[in-house]
Amino acid sequence: MRTLHLAHLYPAEMSVYGDRGNVIALRQRCAWRAITLHVTPVAPGDQVDWASFDLAFFGGGQDSGQALIAHDLLERQGPGLRAALEDGLTMLAICGGYQLLGHYFLTHAGERLPGLGVLDIHTVGGKQRMIGNIVVETKLGEQTVRLVGFENHSGRTFHGSGVRPLGRVLVGYGDNGEDGRGGAVDRNIYGCYLHGSLLPKNPQLTDHLISLALKRRYGPQVGLVPLEAQLELQAQQTMLGRLLKRFA
Amino acid sequence: MFQLTHVIATHTGKLTGQMIRRLRLGGGTNLPGSLARRVAPDVLRTLSATLPQGVVLLSGTNGKTTTSRMLADMLQAAGLQVLHNRAGANLIEGLTTTALAATDWRGRTKAELGLFEVDEAALPQAIDETAPRLVVIHNLFRDQLDRYGEIDTVARAWRAALATLPATATVLLNADDPAVAALGAGLTAQVCYYGLDDAQHATGAVAHIADSQFCRQCGQRYTYPLAFYAHIGHYHCPACGHQRPAAQVALARLELHGAAGSQLYLRYPGGALELALPLPGLYNAYNASAAFAAALALGLSPAVARNSLEQFSAAFGRIERVNLGGTPLLIALIKNPVGASETVRMLLNADRSTASNLHLLISINDRLADGTDVSWLWDADFEILAGHVAHVTVTGTRADDMAVRLKYAGLEPQRLTTIPALDQALDHARKQLPAGTTLFALPTYTAMLELRALLAAQGWVQHFWEE
Repeated sequence: MRTLHLAHLYPAEMSVYGDRGNVIALRQRCAWRAITLHVTPVAPGDQVDWASFDLAFFGGGQDSGQALIAHDLLERQGPGLRAALEDGLTMLAICGGYQLLGHYFLTHAGERLPGLGVLDIHTVGGKQRMIGNIVVETKLGEQTVRLVGFENHSGRTFHGSGVRPLGRVLVGYGDNGEDGRGGAVDRNIYGCYLHGSLLPKNPQLTDHLISLALKRRYGPQVGLVPLEAQLELQAQQTMLGRLLKRFA
Repeated sequence: MFQLTHVIATHTGKLTGQMIRRLRLGGGTNLPGSLARRVAPDVLRTLSATLPQGVVLLSGTNGKTTTSRMLADMLQAAGLQVLHNRAGANLIEGLTTTALAATDWRGRTKAELGLFEVDEAALPQAIDETAPRLVVIHNLFRDQLDRYGEIDTVARAWRAALATLPATATVLLNADDPAVAALGAGLTAQVCYYGLDDAQHATGAVAHIADSQFCRQCGQRYTYPLAFYAHIGHYHCPACGHQRPAAQVALARLELHGAAGSQLYLRYPGGALELALPLPGLYNAYNASAAFAAALALGLSPAVARNSLEQFSAAFGRIERVNLGGTPLLIALIKNPVGASETVRMLLNADRSTASNLHLLISINDRLADGTDVSWLWDADFEILAGHVAHVTVTGTRADDMAVRLKYAGLEPQRLTTIPALDQALDHARKQLPAGTTLFALPTYTAMLELRALLAAQGWVQHFWEE
């Protein structure tokens, strides 16, 4: 029986909009393949051995939540987490978590809040909230997948040359409402603004992340056992049908 | 006295309301007020000022409708003519419509006291326009973040509005909700607290959906000697010592007797009493405590308050029992993660004999009034249903999302049927049901209205505006 270890960053402070659904999805799709996923919540002040983890999840929070954890993320976890990501740790970050992986967040008042700097992105606070259903078309390996989710953010995130876009926005605002980019990827770090929760209804991405983590831990020859995903794909298709009909 | 524009505004509103109902377009609970406000923007302010016993506002994420109906019953039992938005139209237009309906054609009101449940986002404006003598704030949970924004934003707006109230006004707050209790600091108005003091209802730890776990003064994480649900409980800050205020009106003992209801032992300044509440669940005991504390704040006698609580029947769809030609149906509204988790917990505790054999109809819509973001389904604790469900029919515009949620909560897919159309879903759910078994329907707000309309068309219930 195989085991994977997931670090859930600051679940108390950084968990709005159902982001815990992503952890539930990872855990269940591992369990249905007889892979045990150990989930370790990381709280401010915790000593974490980042080299022992295979997966990390970082959700979105209220402004107050982000203020509470930013220092711990940068100062305490920063060096270990950065090294693990450099070494190929698979990470998914949503919304506030995504922003904190970038170089900085420029607030509306002009204050520059530093981020972890592991993704070549930066975020500018905006007045207008970008709220609504979103579809992002991405390539996972050879497979083209249309991810469905719900975005709700006022920060506008811009990409540098060191990341590639997770995908192209077909419906919704995406990272900044301007350049059609939805999310960013570098090494095994995935960040975007898709709540919904993202992973339950997009099992192709869930399995892609599990597969990356398995290969890193157990070797490149290790593949994923295919799993039925009828309800998940039905939910994905229903929303695609609803949203793209309007789009076409 | 009354300006011409107000008379015109009153006529506009009243005529619109009559036409909507005569043309059978629905309840007409918002449009009349909306039109009247175009003619005279301060029509609610003027109408409120004519009420001899003043205005009471009640807000919070969960329990507004039930709590305000409890309080309305008490006030009526005490002989007061009460103006009340019973149908739950709780935006500023809905309040205005309610006030207009009780006003005669010359702009005079027959009511003595206005009682309004108020939408969280509308509360600051309602406080400004109605100059309330009592404001009750019940709780603050994440709900429709796409509409309200973060709960810290809501709390800040509330605080600014409460700070404008004079010393003659009273603010009644839930001591057990840190975000709500903290609103009482530094107000000119008088502040009073209610809360639960019975330690037997504490769970092991603060739930994952707790929103306000951090000290309102210094940002440290609260310690919870008693955690009841979500972030509701007895808390104190290990860093700065900030702690839950003592509750003047305290639910000192609570015995939950399943679906039948609960026994409440309430302490208040100068006395204590015991009452049998005919509604199930911890959250309804909180609702009753809030209504009881509000009644005392308004000078009602404790005995009157007790008697009306003991005869209370809930608002449509909140908790409602309907007889579908021999099939018992229990409808319980779910609209946000905390409410949904508590409702599911109530069902599991409702009847030990059927608790592992539940038949459910869950209807999830993502219309504007429900919130267009269904992410909240993943914050609700549907996991506790696993192993207790005989069959679930999921329906609504987001039926597929709900099916996925239940699969990941650990329900076997063969116990799950997805039927987006409500009428077919209800038929299917009834066919799965062994004779005499209760069907539990859990709809979101607009799904509940659809279900009620369907049941009304089939002759099982009345339309909500006729209640």
